[in-house]
Amino acid sequence: MFAYYLQLGLRSLRRNPMLTALMVMAVGFGVAASMITWSVFRAVSGDPIPGKSSQLYTVLVDNRGPQYNDNGEPPEALTYTDATALVAAHKAAHQTLFFNVAPSVLPEGNQSLPFIADGYATNADFFNMFEVPFEYGGAWRAGDDDGRAAVAVISHELNQQLFNGANSVGREITMDRHSYRIVGVTAHWDPKPRFYDLFSHNAFGDPVQLYLPFTRAIDVAMDTSGRNNCGSNTDFGVGREAWLHGECVWVPVWVELPDPAAATGYREFLTHYAAEQQRAGRFHWAPNVRLRGVNDWLDYERVVPPESRISLMVALGFFAICMVNTIGLLLAKFMRRAAEIGVRRALGAPRREIYRQFLIEAAAVGLAGGVLGLLLTALGMFGVGLLFEPEIARLAHLDLSLVATTLLVAIAATVLAAFYPTWRAAQVQPAWQLKSN
Amino acid sequence: MLKMTHLSKVYRTEVVETYALRDFNIDVKEGEFVAVTGPSGSGKTTFLTIAGLLETFTGGEYHLDGIEVSNLNDNARSKIRNEKIGFIFQAFNLIPDLNVFDNIEVPLRYRGMKAAERKQRIMESLERVGLASRAKHYPAELSGGQQQRVAIARALAGSPRLLLADEPTGNLDTQMARGVLELLEEIHRDGATIVMVTHDPELAARAQRNVHIIDGQVVELSEDPRFHSVHAVADGAHG
Repeated sequence: MFAYYLQLGLRSLRRNPMLTALMVMAVGFGVAASMITWSVFRAVSGDPIPGKSSQLYTVLVDNRGPQYNDNGEPPEALTYTDATALVAAHKAAHQTLFFNVAPSVLPEGNQSLPFIADGYATNADFFNMFEVPFEYGGAWRAGDDDGRAAVAVISHELNQQLFNGANSVGREITMDRHSYRIVGVTAHWDPKPRFYDLFSHNAFGDPVQLYLPFTRAIDVAMDTSGRNNCGSNTDFGVGREAWLHGECVWVPVWVELPDPAAATGYREFLTHYAAEQQRAGRFHWAPNVRLRGVNDWLDYERVVPPESRISLMVALGFFAICMVNTIGLLLAKFMRRAAEIGVRRALGAPRREIYRQFLIEAAAVGLAGGVLGLLLTALGMFGVGLLFEPEIARLAHLDLSLVATTLLVAIAATVLAAFYPTWRAAQVQPAWQLKSN
Repeated sequence: MLKMTHLSKVYRTEVVETYALRDFNIDVKEGEFVAVTGPSGSGKTTFLTIAGLLETFTGGEYHLDGIEVSNLNDNARSKIRNEKIGFIFQAFNLIPDLNVFDNIEVPLRYRGMKAAERKQRIMESLERVGLASRAKHYPAELSGGQQQRVAIARALAGSPRLLLADEPTGNLDTQMARGVLELLEEIHRDGATIVMVTHDPELAARAQRNVHIIDGQVVELSEDPRFHSVHAVADGAHG
């Protein structure tokens, strides 16, 4: 009967083109507004590392004290001293630290001009912890961190730019006049939001192009290209060594803790570490540490832009108004067919068949509205830039899942809107209809 | 086939109760052709809609083909309508968006019949009413008489035990009416039970038996419509 009712539904849509057009437009515009804003919202609010987000924590230690910290919260990254000490302690299953670098890269053959590439100075655990996929080769080994090796991992995009996408493992790359041996090429990898680098406001930044060992970057005196927060009461000292061992925070640290018990253990270790610093006379306050999971960290840093949430709510409100209109239009459409309903009931259609027939007809309206909504959503993607910052706006795109969601939402919402009109249709008393005819 | 005993139908509003049928008794045997007559507002059509399970009744009993129908739910009533009853209405009640074939197919669809069997039954019904060549026509493309023939074909396609006709010739001119009536007589001769509501005495005279209704009660039964003696059959009912 489904095909029969669908056929009747499509025939009914053709019968009242004006009414049908109004309904399809109401559904189409409503669903398009919702899907455009939803595409932005899902891009900025999704879990960037599903399956592992519950095991990853950023480590924060208050080195400022109650007078200078942020309303009792520790700074959003660690000092070089704390970061290297905590990673060296190896108290977590895996631990990584990094800072942002932007070395000058010299392409091979001196045929092109050098250019600045964004990257991270980090350690070998980074790749495993954040599930970085590789196209060629792999991460460097932990021994390379200890050995301060001149090795590098480059991104798929940089490999394309420098080596036309060929396997470049084993080849050399020149950065800031130092040569590095390429040990791995990542596949395209660009988690959004980039949860691990919120300190430098890179939640929606361009993809990272290269990685090199933290120890090596320190040895060659590579400066951070990210944020360097020295607070308001910090003595910078003089020279690089003073800065390096001072109280400026610029090194995010992440640990991988497989279960809540491990997290509890690590939090105790962290508290113990801060207490030691207090005993040593570095901190003049009680230990104030944090271990924030991925989602907690995204919430704390307010990664989802408020305009994204607001525009989604406005769009959903608009969609609701469209659907209320659709209820009225469907009611008018269905009740105009009271005589037909009466005949069908007289000929043996139980109420449930009337429900089926009209809900399937509503689904056909929803499908048509969904198709219109898809076209409008595709057009609307060009206008997202008017509502959002460019780096947010470019995240909105029409992919297969959004196509499916648009169609499903349009059909489901229209079927939902059709329940009342269908209920009214099913209540038609055949005797009255047939008598009045 | 159709037996109503002390049946009543009351329409209630906040201020008034109106009896459409009151202490209504009728017994239609299998294979009978019964004409139900009466003035406008006497309850003829209410009787027919209750008989066709299109409406519920307030009191009394109604047995259709041996089944007491008063406590049946919507599904069961719909199933009986679909399988045992054929309707012919004064206004034909064809669905304007469906062609002749599709109109006749409607009750067969609800019966869950397979496509091949549906097609065979539809074509047989159309042959019987002489409209096989009009299967693809829409109701608006047919005359009133042809539309009523299609309605009869739709009623016949499901091979119902009982055919209920409400003023089947009311909207037709004399010639078309004669054709439709001859068709009903032919269907009756083939063994169908027919209950026909009409206010046309000439039409009623063609039936096997007449039942006259006044003020919601049966007041006259006659085996031969040429006799016009009035004798009440319902307790205390007088016209």
